[in-house]
Amino acid sequence: MEIITFIAKKLLWLIPTFFGITVISFTVMHLAPGEPMALQANFNPKMTPEMRERLRRAYGLDKPLYVQYARWLKGLVTFDLGRSFSPDRRPVWDKIKERLPVTLLINCLSMLLIIVVSVPLGVAAAVRHNSPFDHITTVLVYLGYAAPSFWLALLAMILFGIKLEWLPISGLHSLMGYSSMSTMEKVMDWARHLVLPVTVSAVGGLAGLSRYMKSSMLEVLRQDYILTARAKGLPENRVIYKHALRNALLPLITILGLSVPGLIGGSVIFESLFAIPGVGQLMWSSVMARDYPVLMGNLVIVAVLTLLGNLLADIGYALADPRVRKGIEGEQ
Amino acid sequence: MKLLKELMKNPMSCTGLLFVVALALIAIFAKELSPYDPQAIDTYHILEAPSQSHLLGTDALGRDVLSRLIYGARISLLVGIVAVGIATAIGTVLGAIAGFYGGVVDMVIMRLVDVMLCFPTIFLIMAVIAFLEPSIWNIMAVIGLTSWMGVARLVRAEFLSLRSRDFVLAAKVIGASDWRILFGHILPNAIAPVIVAATLGVGSAILTESALSFLGIGVQPPTPSWGNMLTAGKDNIEIAWWLSVFPGLAILITVLAYNLLGEGLREVLDPRTKRS
Repeated sequence: MEIITFIAKKLLWLIPTFFGITVISFTVMHLAPGEPMALQANFNPKMTPEMRERLRRAYGLDKPLYVQYARWLKGLVTFDLGRSFSPDRRPVWDKIKERLPVTLLINCLSMLLIIVVSVPLGVAAAVRHNSPFDHITTVLVYLGYAAPSFWLALLAMILFGIKLEWLPISGLHSLMGYSSMSTMEKVMDWARHLVLPVTVSAVGGLAGLSRYMKSSMLEVLRQDYILTARAKGLPENRVIYKHALRNALLPLITILGLSVPGLIGGSVIFESLFAIPGVGQLMWSSVMARDYPVLMGNLVIVAVLTLLGNLLADIGYALADPRVRKGIEGEQ
Repeated sequence: MKLLKELMKNPMSCTGLLFVVALALIAIFAKELSPYDPQAIDTYHILEAPSQSHLLGTDALGRDVLSRLIYGARISLLVGIVAVGIATAIGTVLGAIAGFYGGVVDMVIMRLVDVMLCFPTIFLIMAVIAFLEPSIWNIMAVIGLTSWMGVARLVRAEFLSLRSRDFVLAAKVIGASDWRILFGHILPNAIAPVIVAATLGVGSAILTESALSFLGIGVQPPTPSWGNMLTAGKDNIEIAWWLSVFPGLAILITVLAYNLLGEGLREVLDPRTKRS
């Protein structure tokens, strides 16, 4: 039963946090000097003060701040984020909605890649602590952590896209002949286009996570119950994979939850670099165009996604950790 | 001095420290070190591959890449260090207050931290930058204002464990003000992890700045920054590999140096993380 109270508590905390997210997004937008419509207005020589005023009223910018906030918040809970300032004037939520799946797909794939590679890597480095293998992975981890991801992306584009011509470097699918492909060919085409963005966006997380995995595993291997397991003569494989790994994986869940904002943040860079029509690219173009409703909508949606990611991590942790499951919480 | 000796003993932190010092010197003596004027346009030598006269080649306006890299070090280090300074100051003050007073104050501050951590930093920064002029000062301020949460958590934890110690009680008994106890008595005892976090933070602030400049919303051309040099690399990706390779390498080396130094400091300063 404790687990239900635990989850209920976490769910309740979502409300103030969500509220905080909206307040901060709103404040950020309004503290910043310069009016959102300045770009439209200042470059239009025919703009008169009256027209400017009318424009302000049309966007509701003449109302007091708290009224604007209340209006925006009311819209937010019904997914009404206003309309884009761009000439198409489409609802912001529609714009985000159509781009969200691509971003989520890429982020989930790179999360998967990160887990699949870094867990065995970290375990191997911990088990063979201070071996040449351990030293090489340590160096790679440091390099992966310090290398700017967009630079790695550029290098990968030069090498695999331009010099070797193995992989396409832009877009989600081929432009030529895509519609005449069979489903299988389409999937393959997507996969080929996704290889570089997914791999490169995973590098940072990979480095970080394999490092955590290694230190977490080292920590566990020093525990008494591992000594006990070895003392009773269990085969080493069983000690490592059954006794140690399960405990070492626990902190990983939290780390994964914490890495969600970083991954999503990376989308801005990768999507604009690889010309992928996702939320990150939308964010970038709306910054460039000062498209204020889209910007704000993006900021909130992305933060809420992160919040949900953290919630999933918390629940995952609770399910995996018998101490939390049984309600024997230490701190918190 | 003892600290320095300890740092030099470990090959990793030693390398880090040497590179950090070397980079600082390069940034300070940029004018003396660079072979060309970083802004000088030379239309006769556009996009030349690395050669004797231009060691790292030239860019699309014929400017010397090496000279621009050297001047770029100034920008990167300045942004990195000032941004981290801002973040550390905010994080330390908020963390100290939260940890020392506890209760509602603590809850409010830590909630704020949780909320801030929900935003992918780059999204938050972009949202602010969209309305500001993308000048180097704004970049520093914005990076600083969006990256203090880690330090706040760290300082809070330290203060929580230190606030009930005898020396704090003693200070209270002799009637020291709260402010004095917080920053005169407790903070010096909690400073080690802050220094470590700040050093590591410089690396990530430099990465953030370069990413922003790369996206065109950071340091603006013609001021050379490693990030906006990489934008030029992207634009000429099919013909001039040197424009992409070298600035990235410079970022990598700098960030790596600060990370190594930070890890080294952690091992020397913080006995708890000493691992076999």
